[in-house]
Amino acid sequence: MVTTVATGLNFSLQKGELGAIVGVNGIGKSTLLRTLGKVQRKLSGTISLNDKRLKNYAALELASTLSIVLTEPLVSKNLTVQELIALGRQPYTNWIGKLSKKDISKIQEAIALIDLEGLKTKKCYELSDGQLQRVMIARALAQDTSIILLDEPTSHLDLHHKVQILKLLKRIAHRTQKTILFTSHEIEMAIQLCDKILIMNKDGHEFGEPSKLIKKQSFESLFPSDILKFDAKTASFKIIK
Amino acid sequence: MESNTKYRIPFLLLFITLLLCFVMNISLGSVSIPLKETFSAIFGGELSNDSSKYIIWNYRFPKAFTAILVGSGLALSGLLMQTLFRNPLAGPFVLGISSGASLGAALLIMGATLFSGIFSFGIINDISLAIASSMGSFLVLLIVVVVALRIKDTMALLIIGLMFGSITAAIVSVLSYFTDAEKLQQYIYWSFGSVGNLSWHQLLLLTIIMLIGVVLSIIAIKPLNSLLLGENYARSMGVNLKKSRYIIIIATGLLAGAITAYAGPIAFIGLAVPHLTRQIFNTTDHKVLVPAVLVYGAILMLICDTIAQLPTSANVLPINAITSIVGAPVVIWLLVRKKKMIF
Repeated sequence: MVTTVATGLNFSLQKGELGAIVGVNGIGKSTLLRTLGKVQRKLSGTISLNDKRLKNYAALELASTLSIVLTEPLVSKNLTVQELIALGRQPYTNWIGKLSKKDISKIQEAIALIDLEGLKTKKCYELSDGQLQRVMIARALAQDTSIILLDEPTSHLDLHHKVQILKLLKRIAHRTQKTILFTSHEIEMAIQLCDKILIMNKDGHEFGEPSKLIKKQSFESLFPSDILKFDAKTASFKIIK
Repeated sequence: MESNTKYRIPFLLLFITLLLCFVMNISLGSVSIPLKETFSAIFGGELSNDSSKYIIWNYRFPKAFTAILVGSGLALSGLLMQTLFRNPLAGPFVLGISSGASLGAALLIMGATLFSGIFSFGIINDISLAIASSMGSFLVLLIVVVVALRIKDTMALLIIGLMFGSITAAIVSVLSYFTDAEKLQQYIYWSFGSVGNLSWHQLLLLTIIMLIGVVLSIIAIKPLNSLLLGENYARSMGVNLKKSRYIIIIATGLLAGAITAYAGPIAFIGLAVPHLTRQIFNTTDHKVLVPAVLVYGAILMLICDTIAQLPTSANVLPINAITSIVGAPVVIWLLVRKKKMIF
C-alpha cells in the first residue's frame, strides 16, 4: 500500500542559501531529502539538478555535485577524524585513493573552516555526538560539492550543540556559496537561522523566507491546535495548558 | 595522510618475521635436517645428502609455499567479507563456500554408499577430492551470486550464505549417518585440512588463482575504504556499489574456494587474522590492511604448520585444530589487553 504524504512539492533554493525542511514525524522529510540525494529511489516524478535529470547523473558526477550527511551510524568508528574527512575526497582520487596536493589542501580547508584542528588525530569513537556531527559535515565539505543535504543534523544533540551546528551550516552556506538543505525538528531555530523553510503538511506545503511564512501564519497548522500554539511575536511555540 | 612512511618499519619487521618463519618451517620436520643443509637448499648450494635435498624440494618447500598461500588467501578473503558485511564475525566462509566444498567432498567420499551406482565416482584421491570440493564451493558461490543479483541488502546476503551453510551441513550429516566407518573417517580426515598434499603443478595453479584474487582485492581497496562509512555514504561518494560488491564476492570466492579445494576447510585464519592485524596496526585503512593481512596470514599459517608437523616425530596433527589452538588465545589476549575491539 502506498500512502501519499506529500504531493505537488515545489521549492527552489539559491546558491549560498540555507534551507530547512520541517514537519511532523512521518510526513516524509527524510524521504524527500534522501530521494533528492539519490540515497533512495524516487516513487514517481522527475528530479532535475542543474537542468539535468538526477537519474542521468553518473555516480561520480553526482558525487562531485552533491554530498550528504545521514543519520545512520558509521560502520567503523576506528577511523581518525582526518581519515574520515579524507574519504570525502574519494570522487577525485585515483583508483587506489591516493590524495593529491589539491585533495590535502581541500581537507585542510574543511578542517580549518569547521575548527577541527585539535581533533584531527582523534579516533571517531573518542568523539562526542556533536563533535562527530561536525566531522561528518567536514567530510561533506571536503567532497567539495555545490549542494550539501543533511538529514536531521541536530538530532541527539543538546541545545547548545544544536545551535552550534545550525550556525555552522549557515556560515558555510554564506561563506562558501553552497546550497545547504537539511531536515529538522528545530523549527524555532530554523526560523532564526535559515534563509528559506519548507513546511510539509498533510494537506500541502509552504515554502519561503521564515518571516514571510510567519506572516502567512503557515506555522499555525503544523501541530494540532489543542496542544501547541504558534506565537508569531516571539516566533516560538507555546504549550497550551 | 602520512600513512605511507608510518607503516614502513612495521612492514619491514613483518617481512623479516615471515622469512624467519619460512626458514623455521623448512628446517623442522619429522626428519631432522641440519640448518646449514636447509640454507644450502634454499640458496641452491650443494647438499651432502641426496635424501635431504629430495625432502626439502619435493616435500617441505611445496608445503611451506602452500601454507603461505593458504594463510594469506584466507586472511584476505576474511578481511573482504568483514568489511563488505560490516560484521566482525564474518569470515571467508560466510558465503557458504566451505560448506559447498564440504558437500562436494562428502558426496564424493560418502555418497557412494548412500546412492550406490548413481554416485560411483571411481577412485577417491587428492585430485578427485579437489575437483569435487571446488565444484561444490563453486556451485554454492554461483547460487549466492545469482541471489546477490536480486537482493540489494547486503545483510540479507549474509543470512542467505549462512542458510546455505546450514543446508549443506545438514546434508553432510545425513550422509555421515548412513555411511560406513571407513568412509566417515576418510571424510573427517579431509575436513581436518592439510597443506602437505600439493605438487608443484597444483601449487602453480593455486598461485595463479590467488594472484587474481589479490589483484581484485587491490582494485577493491578504494570502495572497501568508503564502505567503512556505510553503503549509502559509499554510493554518495561515487562508488559503484553493485560492481564493487561483485568484485569483492568473486575475489573471496576465488581465494577461499581454491584454497578449500586443495587444503580442505581450514577454519579460524580468515576470521582471526583481520582482527589481529587491525589490533596491531591500529587502523582500518585497507591500503594498509590488505598487504598486512596477507603477510600476517602467511606467518600464522607457517607457525601453525610447523607445530602441526610435530618436529622430530613422525606424527602430524590436523592443521585445522592447530590454527584454532594457536590463534584463538592470541586474539583473546589482544582483545583483553587493548580492551577495545577495533573494527
